[in-house]
Amino acid sequence: MVISKENIYKALEQVMDPEIPVLNVLDLGMITAVELDGETVHVKMIPTFAACPAVDIIRRNIRTVLEKELNTPVTVEIDKTAHWSSNRMTDAARQKLLDFGIAAPQVHNGEAYSEILLQTPCPHCGSDNTYLRSPFGSTLCRAIHYCKDCGQVFEHFKPLE
Amino acid sequence: MNPALHYLLTAMADDALIQGHRNSEWTGLGPIMEEDIAFSSMAQDKIGHAWALYRVLHEELGGTDPDRYAFLRNEKEYKCCHLVELPNGEYDFSLMRHFLFDHAEAVRYSRLEQSTFAPLQPLARKLKGEIKYHTLHANAWISQLCRAGEESYARMQSALDYCFPLALGLFEPGDHEQELVAEGIYPGEKALQDLWLDRIYNILALAGLNLPDAGTTEPAYGGRKGYHTAFLQPLLGEMGAVFRTDPEAIW
Repeated sequence: MVISKENIYKALEQVMDPEIPVLNVLDLGMITAVELDGETVHVKMIPTFAACPAVDIIRRNIRTVLEKELNTPVTVEIDKTAHWSSNRMTDAARQKLLDFGIAAPQVHNGEAYSEILLQTPCPHCGSDNTYLRSPFGSTLCRAIHYCKDCGQVFEHFKPLE
Repeated sequence: MNPALHYLLTAMADDALIQGHRNSEWTGLGPIMEEDIAFSSMAQDKIGHAWALYRVLHEELGGTDPDRYAFLRNEKEYKCCHLVELPNGEYDFSLMRHFLFDHAEAVRYSRLEQSTFAPLQPLARKLKGEIKYHTLHANAWISQLCRAGEESYARMQSALDYCFPLALGLFEPGDHEQELVAEGIYPGEKALQDLWLDRIYNILALAGLNLPDAGTTEPAYGGRKGYHTAFLQPLLGEMGAVFRTDPEAIW
């Protein structure tokens, strides 16, 4: 395959988040830069949460997938200047999350999102008649809610500033 | 290496590391499943925050490797405050400590976003956003337990009275205070404590709790200078046991 930026991005679409396997690293807005230096591909990425245990696995996956697809050396660096916010997630990613049964993070203005957390629409029935049961769920990026209409507990990818 | 910055980052990271380990001790023992998960998640966040701060020390200020620095120091070299060292005790104590501690962190990181020490700015912004969920959690439980009957309310007030002098120790000024303030690295402990008192007062007042007077309370100082409670050493022994078995091992 020709090593072009377009092909690098195409290959990145195959690198899935180990904790939410329907989302790739581009959906999540984790990639901040892709550069070509001769034959070497340099990728910069940012973790969603500072203590995310999946970061090293994702880094390794990016390298493995790209090296296999493009047949060229790849470096993956953490971008310390960029900031991950849940607003970086694409609209397509929000729909994929919903289809997977996880409520998507609401788009926020950077402040006071504790209010929007309280009426997260249920991914199963769409009702707003829900409450936050715990801001912490099965992974650092998820919260647990309860839907009073359909009676189901559901998870929510938390908005992050 | 800049000793003032080194001191400040060590104190912040040690607080997060020790508080994180205490939080992790609720794993498997939480009073309800959500609380088990919440304390485990907060533990993971805090230990991650400590690691990020140790890494700044290592990469920007020529400090020791983060793992060695976290686990191989002598007790006296830890700069954590006494509040985080105490065993978890009953749930009321753990919850109140979590409330007081996380609001202090929220205030600290929101001011460090403007630090003249550039590497702290993006980190503080990130950690501040994550701590919002910790304070949201603490606020919700403080408010619920204060409305859950007389015994529950009385226990929360008594936990507050007990924790308050210890929590003032979070704001113990260190030897490098003036230098750090003069260089615009942060606004100083006194300023942070005032901001914190304003913040927690509003939430505690809504819950009907009486905040003790900071002016007449004797703060539990000493931690920032390396003087610790009897609880720290055994915890350090436990925390570092696996790492010390073979510090060169690769995981």
